Amino acid sequence: MNKAADIGAKAQQETAAVPDEGAVRFSNVTKRFDAVTALDNVSMSIKPGEFMTLLGPSGCGKTTLLNLAAGFLSPDGGEIRIAGERMNDVPTYKREIGMMFQNYALFPHMSVAGNVAYGLKVRGIAKPERDRRVQEVLALVRLTGFEDRTPRQLSGGQQQRVALARALVINPTVLLLDEPFSALDKNLRASMQVELREIQRKLNVTTIFVTHDQGEALSLSDRVAVMSEGKVRQLGTPQEIYRQPCDRFVASFVGDTNVLRGRLEGIEGALAVISVGVIKVKVPSGAVMDVAASAPIDLFVRPEHLVMTEATPSCATSGTIAAHVYQGGHVDTYIECKDSSRDRLLVRSAGHETMARWPTGSTVGISIVAGEGVAFV
Amino acid sequence: MPCSAYQRLLGFAGKFAVVLILGFLILPAVVVTIAAFNDKAILSFPPQAWSWRWFAKAIAYQDFRDGFRNGLVVTAWSSSLALVIGAMFAFALHRYTFRFKKVLEAILVSPLVIPHFTVGLGFLILAAQIGWNRGFAVVIACHVVLVLPFVLRSVYVSLRNLDQSYERAAASLGASPLRVLLTITLPLLVPGLVSGWLFAAMLSFNEFTASLFVTSQRTQTLPVAMYNYVREFADPSMAALSVMYIVATAALIVFANAFLGLGKVLNIEQSR
Repeated sequence: MNKAADIGAKAQQETAAVPDEGAVRFSNVTKRFDAVTALDNVSMSIKPGEFMTLLGPSGCGKTTLLNLAAGFLSPDGGEIRIAGERMNDVPTYKREIGMMFQNYALFPHMSVAGNVAYGLKVRGIAKPERDRRVQEVLALVRLTGFEDRTPRQLSGGQQQRVALARALVINPTVLLLDEPFSALDKNLRASMQVELREIQRKLNVTTIFVTHDQGEALSLSDRVAVMSEGKVRQLGTPQEIYRQPCDRFVASFVGDTNVLRGRLEGIEGALAVISVGVIKVKVPSGAVMDVAASAPIDLFVRPEHLVMTEATPSCATSGTIAAHVYQGGHVDTYIECKDSSRDRLLVRSAGHETMARWPTGSTVGISIVAGEGVAFV
Repeated sequence: MPCSAYQRLLGFAGKFAVVLILGFLILPAVVVTIAAFNDKAILSFPPQAWSWRWFAKAIAYQDFRDGFRNGLVVTAWSSSLALVIGAMFAFALHRYTFRFKKVLEAILVSPLVIPHFTVGLGFLILAAQIGWNRGFAVVIACHVVLVLPFVLRSVYVSLRNLDQSYERAAASLGASPLRVLLTITLPLLVPGLVSGWLFAAMLSFNEFTASLFVTSQRTQTLPVAMYNYVREFADPSMAALSVMYIVATAALIVFANAFLGLGKVLNIEQSR
């Protein structure tokens, strides 16, 4: 009787644990390769149906984390759970994952249909059912009619769709994507990204996506984990990562940024007042909360949040136009500005009028869009 | 840019040198082929009259027939056994790290540096010690040792060229390690396995030095039979046999090339 109550309590506990359990959960995961610590005490919970991106430069540990989720590596410390179950000692083939590789890894000795059917065959699903599901998933990735081709007869984009179909046909608990777009040219990449995201939303499959391309990360993800040196630097929505980077690394790795030299004037609640040249700006005080007043501060401002004006004493700073780079939809202007910045400033403005108005070599004033920018010591 | 006379001369000399070297490479085969058609019963060059009769004699000669059959038996067994053993060692060396790995590697390739007559003599002494009569078993065992490094190398290179993500993809789709091996790894390794087997077969079939020690009258292979023949006779049937050897080997390579591509057979091209 006691035992029954015990089991009941335990079951209740488990149900209670589910909501914050996440589809995939890393708890204090550490991985070392000889002397190198690839992952240092990483914890992260990925919600069911979420598209989570691991973003970082090469060697930051993002691929290691993906390989741990796949079971190609085992952690030296910590715990990995998929759908609530501890996975540390579960081999890859028992994990019910779908994975897409950088080079797609389509089996060269099998047809498209053979590739897609492989996971079903392994699961002992009978041929009629297998054929039906292969047809279904090939229709989903718009490759109906390509069943008998071999992978070598397909274009890069088609190969990628086969790889996606092969990973999805087994209804995986989690879809793992290892830089799947890096081999595609720019135009194809953009359309494949849209397609992937649509399919992912339609099937509501939990997805972990590894990339070093910050544009890709911002445009595709529900949430992004920015990683460097084996640690997660910041975990948040693309907007949070871009608008409120938590440190210098995140601010400069994600998107373009300008660094302006300033001085802390004071803290007003959640806002820090920083003087840049003769003007004062107010930005979230987060990272400079504990800094003494009048300490030197670096103000990180996105290029689209700087505006070129006539050079007047009331500008934040001023400089000489070094170059305009016409990008079609917008113009990137590089400005030499010795007093307030270590490097050239980059100002991004819509339309090409700026090029006519401020020719190369002319002097301009720079002002900062109110409320934009992040301060770091 | 205009070519000076000096540059043109240099270019011509270069081409001439290449032709000379290539000619030198095939010279022995050419000489033997011409000698094989000599009507006279001595190995003279160049011949005065032409004939096919030495081919007929070589084919009809009983020792050669036996040697050919014995050679096929020894080659088939030794290269197949070497393939299985070599493939397993190649897997172990490529996939796992363990103590004495370097030592194992050194032992496996040691037949490359140990002279064939040493291996042959060793097997002869060993067979006598343990009272093993000189049957096919000892010849095959000896050949396995001699061709193993080549098979090992061939399979090892193929394994190294095999992209690990194929196996990982199969595992992610739910295939057990054994299933991955049977449905992914082995099918993708076929060119490497075939090339390893072919190398082993050619080496085994042509092996003479060690075979001289370990074969008996009953088990002598073709090269040994040829050696015994040439000690007593000096007619062109040897040359005729050599020509048949060359033609057969060339046919084998052409066949393998048509099936797998020479690049893959010789393992100089990444198998994909």
